[in-house]
Amino acid sequence: MVQKGTDRVKRGMAEMQKGGVIMDVVNAEQAKIAEEAGATAVMALERVPSDIRKAGGVARMADPTIVEEVQNAVSIPVMAKARIGHIVEARVLEAMKVDYIDESEVLTPADDVFHIDKKAFTVPFVCGCRDLGEAARRIGEGAAMLRTKGEPGTGNIVEAVRHMRLVNSQVRKVVSMEKDEVMVFAKELGAPYEILLQIKESGRLPVVNFAAGGVATPADAALMMELGADGVFVGSGIFKSENPAKFARSIVEATTYYQDYERIVELSKGLGTPMKGIDMSNLEPAERMQDRGI
Amino acid sequence: MATRIGVLALQGAVSEHVHALENSGSQVSLVKNIGDLEGLDGLVLPGGESTMMRRMMDRYGLFEAVKQFAAEKPVFGTCAGLILMAKQIEGRKGPHLSLLDIDVKRNAFGRQVESFEADLAIKGISDHYTGVFIRAPYIKSAAANVDVLATYEGHIVACRQERFLCCAFHPELTSDPAMHRYFVQMVNESR
Repeated sequence: MVQKGTDRVKRGMAEMQKGGVIMDVVNAEQAKIAEEAGATAVMALERVPSDIRKAGGVARMADPTIVEEVQNAVSIPVMAKARIGHIVEARVLEAMKVDYIDESEVLTPADDVFHIDKKAFTVPFVCGCRDLGEAARRIGEGAAMLRTKGEPGTGNIVEAVRHMRLVNSQVRKVVSMEKDEVMVFAKELGAPYEILLQIKESGRLPVVNFAAGGVATPADAALMMELGADGVFVGSGIFKSENPAKFARSIVEATTYYQDYERIVELSKGLGTPMKGIDMSNLEPAERMQDRGI
Repeated sequence: MATRIGVLALQGAVSEHVHALENSGSQVSLVKNIGDLEGLDGLVLPGGESTMMRRMMDRYGLFEAVKQFAAEKPVFGTCAGLILMAKQIEGRKGPHLSLLDIDVKRNAFGRQVESFEADLAIKGISDHYTGVFIRAPYIKSAAANVDVLATYEGHIVACRQERFLCCAFHPELTSDPAMHRYFVQMVNESR
């Protein structure tokens, strides 16, 4: 008997990405630089988050030409973003056989209430989360991989740190609870009870959780690994830096050797100016991408 | 002394292998640097991205160290690990570690939407084994001295050549310990 699109196959694909760096790219040339630097996957986009921020307006799924160009350029997995709740963008990406779909708050949500029923798809999905409630809701909808939301395109790690710490502390809390306390915690978090129970019994999230949103330096990537991330997404950081190839390679190495501080010293030298970055207090509420699709 | 097996820990499904090997009665440690190979009786090359693992092995001399290790000790590669061990890789100029007399095709079953689970019979290991294939390679051909252990739809998906074992699927993603037990036994016999 042969089965495709099982939970094990979808979640397993993300397990194979662990300890790796997934890089945002907008064309074949960038995809090749990413692969050469040791990226474990690329995210094919029309614009990186910091440019989406600058451009304003409605951000949508990338032109299929860009996704195909990237698919033809590399042999590592290719991911692509669909708008939150945009079932058809997701179906289009599935028809193009992208390896993973990011139902992403970086794009303008198509549905301000509901996410996509991801269990209905053969292709696996990754979703953002800020706390265990969001994490469990997305898993309940069928997400096979999670990532922190952070605050995309800011080059500021503070939100990703907050989200990673909060999810992990809430996982520890549910694991240490008595079983009869879980239902009320589920109510407080707005989380599906069965998912919390699973987490309690296995002692961990049932899917991997990567860091995303604001990773701008090798030390940022290593910090997220230190805090328990399974791997790292880097968006605007790499191709907005002065020397993308060197920068990409340094982020990859810092992620693998995240506790080897002498090595991170060397990796951090001479990288040129990282992206300028935005302080959270300078963002208007409407500019906060992380508050979309919660 | 208990058997000591290392898992190459540059990237990929490392913790799953560690868990499965420990359950099969081996001591396990992670291999990130050349010095980590010292005192090991065997090595596992996990699933993940072979391109990334090769790049990282090249940067700090781990590549030569693993090759030297494999000249004497047993090695087990799963999925990406199998690709690292093959002597020929379709569409690629040269091999990586070049340990096994096999010719492999990467992503041979297609992209992620084609990833699947299937029942397998693995010669001398298990009659009913769930193979989890994720963007998996298969072995197009194997030399006469390679022992074919499993096939799927006519393609070789597991084999052994002396101290080297490999499979295209992911035993680390199932709770069936048969493949890991077999490798631990191989390592024990080689000591």
